[in-house]
Amino acid sequence: MSYRTPLGRVRGLGSAKEGTAHWWAQRLTAIALVPLILWFVISILSMVGADHAAVKAWMAQPLPAVLTVLLIVATFHHAQLGLQVVVEDYVHNEAAKLTLIIAIKFAAVALAALAVFAVLKLAFGG
Amino acid sequence: MAEFKLPKNSRVQKGKTWPAPEGAKRIKLFHVYRWNPDTGENPRLDTFPIDLDDCGPMVLDAMIKIKNEIDTTLTFRRSCREGVCGSCAFNIGGTNTLACTAHISDYKGDIAVYPLPHMPVVKDLVPDLNQAYAQLREIEPWMKTDTAPPGRERLQSPEDRAKLDGMWECILCFCCTTSCPSYWWNGDRYLGPATLLQAHRWIADSRDEATGERLDNLEDPFRLYRCHTIMNCTNTCPKGLNPAKAIAETKKLMVARK
Repeated sequence: MSYRTPLGRVRGLGSAKEGTAHWWAQRLTAIALVPLILWFVISILSMVGADHAAVKAWMAQPLPAVLTVLLIVATFHHAQLGLQVVVEDYVHNEAAKLTLIIAIKFAAVALAALAVFAVLKLAFGG
Repeated sequence: MAEFKLPKNSRVQKGKTWPAPEGAKRIKLFHVYRWNPDTGENPRLDTFPIDLDDCGPMVLDAMIKIKNEIDTTLTFRRSCREGVCGSCAFNIGGTNTLACTAHISDYKGDIAVYPLPHMPVVKDLVPDLNQAYAQLREIEPWMKTDTAPPGRERLQSPEDRAKLDGMWECILCFCCTTSCPSYWWNGDRYLGPATLLQAHRWIADSRDEATGERLDNLEDPFRLYRCHTIMNCTNTCPKGLNPAKAIAETKKLMVARK
């Protein structure tokens, strides 16, 4: 039982004075992903049936390699921003919320690094 | 986790069905949520058969008829009966709206009447709105100026005045706020559409001098950014206002001042 007034509860710890950057980044990555995903899907479809050497040769060109890296970065950045919001929406246990958000951020960075490494290996690997 | 199931003592049970009025030709069944804090019983859904030939046209008319003639213990708020006071906001036929402006004839079949969703219930159809009122108080919905008051009215051009249209008409019935899933899950920190519409009403007022301070106060992942443009607010508003647009305008200003 708390005797705190409703206004005291609502004011709480005050405004965080942030959130705009998060919201804006989510929109920007979404916009960036539209052309990137279209390009990537069309490129992959055009290589259906191609062997490893052909894909490797394709990825060794500057444009496909750079665009794929951009796609990976935008995807994982967008994903972790969005998943953070989902967790904040639905998980109300502070400890569970914090653990999940940290796990999501770490996983996003690790998976993005792995994917970028794969592109670099294709592009530059012997 | 967000609660998707009502706690055991909140599950709605079947209640009493009242006898149909004798000789009535056009009967409409009203299923009304009932809960009495004094009995310790679960909430129940009572069924009231209403003779439409002996009842006014609005849902509120039926509710008042029930209270006057069938069951005087039915508890609900109402005052103006013309959609300006915002007291008789219920969840009617699955949508939050004002009972006084809801035509019975617009509802096919039975009509279910529940209190505004996801608020603590005081009794029957009366929700506890203390939290929502405190949130409105929190955004300080009054004119704030540092310039010394002029010796006359504060002037505003017709164009600037027009920017307040669609916001000043809000009657604070909280139909929108209580229809918002984001408010259901995070109403302790998310301000909700009604309060954010009022916040924007003052942000958009050319006479107010605290715009930046108001934006500072709103810039928060929970207070403002829990709005995920679900649009239930705009869908349900009995006054035809667009709280979702006001929230979007506030978000645009947040980016504009970066």
